[in-house]
Amino acid sequence: MDILLQEDSIISPLGFSTSENIKAMKAGNSGLQFHENLRFQNGGFYAGIIEAALLADNFSIIGDATKFTKLEQMMLLATQSVLNNNQLDLSETALIISSTKGNIDLFGNPQNFSKDRAKLNSLAKIIQEFFGFKLKPIIVSNACISGGLAVAISKRFIQAGKFNNAIVVAGDLVSDFVTSGFQSFQALSATPCKPFSKNRDGISLGEAAAAILVSNNKREGDSVSLIGDASTNDANHISAPSRTGEGLYKSIQQALKESKLSASEMDYLSAHGTATIFNDEMEAVAFNRAALAHVPVNSFKGFYGHTLGASALLETILTKHSLLNNELYPSLNFEELGVSKPLNIIQKIEKKELKTALKTASGFGGCNLAMILKKSFNG
Amino acid sequence: MSDLRTELKQSIIEQLNLEELSIEDIDNDDSLFGDGLGLDSIDALELIVLLEKDYGIKLTDPNQGKEIFISINKMAEYIESHRTK
Amino acid sequence: MDKARNQFITNSIRIKNEEIFLKRESILSFDSKIDLSQFLKDSYKKLALRYPKYHKMDSLCKLGILGSSVLLRSQHFNADTALVFSNASSSHDVDMKHVKSMESIVSPAVFVYTLPNIVLGEISIKHKLQSENVFFIEDKFNADLLVDYSETLLNSGKASSVVCGWIELKNDQYDVLLCLVSNNGEIPFTKENLEELYRFENE
Repeated sequence: MDILLQEDSIISPLGFSTSENIKAMKAGNSGLQFHENLRFQNGGFYAGIIEAALLADNFSIIGDATKFTKLEQMMLLATQSVLNNNQLDLSETALIISSTKGNIDLFGNPQNFSKDRAKLNSLAKIIQEFFGFKLKPIIVSNACISGGLAVAISKRFIQAGKFNNAIVVAGDLVSDFVTSGFQSFQALSATPCKPFSKNRDGISLGEAAAAILVSNNKREGDSVSLIGDASTNDANHISAPSRTGEGLYKSIQQALKESKLSASEMDYLSAHGTATIFNDEMEAVAFNRAALAHVPVNSFKGFYGHTLGASALLETILTKHSLLNNELYPSLNFEELGVSKPLNIIQKIEKKELKTALKTASGFGGCNLAMILKKSFNG
Repeated sequence: MSDLRTELKQSIIEQLNLEELSIEDIDNDDSLFGDGLGLDSIDALELIVLLEKDYGIKLTDPNQGKEIFISINKMAEYIESHRTK
Repeated sequence: MDKARNQFITNSIRIKNEEIFLKRESILSFDSKIDLSQFLKDSYKKLALRYPKYHKMDSLCKLGILGSSVLLRSQHFNADTALVFSNASSSHDVDMKHVKSMESIVSPAVFVYTLPNIVLGEISIKHKLQSENVFFIEDKFNADLLVDYSETLLNSGKASSVVCGWIELKNDQYDVLLCLVSNNGEIPFTKENLEELYRFENE
């Protein structure tokens, strides 16, 4: 059974649709900008933050922006634009929500909303009721692989016959909660992050929402399927990446096995690439163990920063469009390779016939995810 | 001078929740990471917080910690020459 | 061939109201006045866990380590045993600690626990499981989701056995049910049986 990645949508500082995002990326724009913040000695930090007024303006077409939090507006907009292009029966379409911290800052500072709104259950309920989904939403909160894992979960459920269509929606904010935490980890970069570069010095945070329709309904024309997926825990440390890349390596092997493809058949690799010293090194080790050193690879974090629970879905959507457009997008801010193993980093936009891609992600708790995407043509 | 070392051991045990250790179990020259106390990267970050809270020392470069958090003796020497409270 | 038909609830553990039950048998109970941290500390001692890292963990992870350690004691399981966990409050307990600290100095050792799936990481480390993990958020215990998803993992060969369940902690109130699901045992792995194990001690 083919599991197709169909309509999608991205709400980010680079734009309010997937096409706006890709256009901005191709123009070399980055969502990462300097934002003032008193937590930082130098007065601020680089992050990808969506302008609230612009968002509310866009949101007002579908609802009253004063009644919804920023994250809710982002996730509702993303969902709406996927639904716009489809005649889906919402009485049997699954809704899968992915977020790490949701509206977490409402716990400390509820503004005009009830504290209850900070709960992930409330977030899911708001999205469900706004559109009238009948099935109970499934909420995945599995650190930085959440958005991709939610796609894998929808595939697994569709294959098991639980439903035929699922809307996967992922979103996270640059919250004060997360910013203060990553700062205490000394994990935030003083400049826009530089994945895989020699002088990388940490993460840039970002916010985004993304949505996609995962379906077993075939359509005419080019389509991209998810043909293999696996998630493996490192069982090594809850925050430090494994030195051997064990969990990521195993995830890749399992996903390849399910897809019946080999590493040498991969045309493109979309890495996690957070730009911390240890994460990027871990990925380089795992990719080399998996014989992927030659495969063109990028990290989208230079464009968006780390959008946490949204990142793996956002990047899966961009990977899908790379395949459809036959275009490799550069790893923005890359300078000189700074990992101990060779990688074939994409440095400029390149037109190339692409059929297969591997998307990976890793996160706190030692979790790792690998997904194999394949383009096919339906005449 | 040895008071600072005892104080350090006590606060490390408390801050890092090393429940099953007591002050007597830690030698001044024991290595804190690796084969010694077996501390990890989160503990290292927590020691940075401890330096700031208890002694007014702010480390901004995470690599600095590697040269300070070697043993109780090394930590105490650093604190003695850099403390602001 | 539906492999899930041959799956059983091999073992189960319930932690609630100052008491720990293994396969519905009470194995440890405390006075109802005992607070959460004392309960977690005393249970660790009484159950002879000998895992010093335990003391560094947040309360949700301690519950997970207590539960999984008793559940998996003298059980046969492979390293590909998946973890399928759920709760309603995510990492709320430790989130609140972090929120309080945000006004002064933030503790990295607190922040690192502010994700619900960290407990899956801690359990994976303790029991050497390099396996599929997922953490679902539900407003209440949902046997359907746990059984449905565990079955997809077992039927597709992504896991040879599963530890699934509910691990809720809010305002010092805890409610834990963990089950080892494998092809050994007598209780068939069904929604009804899982639900019944949860209801037990909840009535």
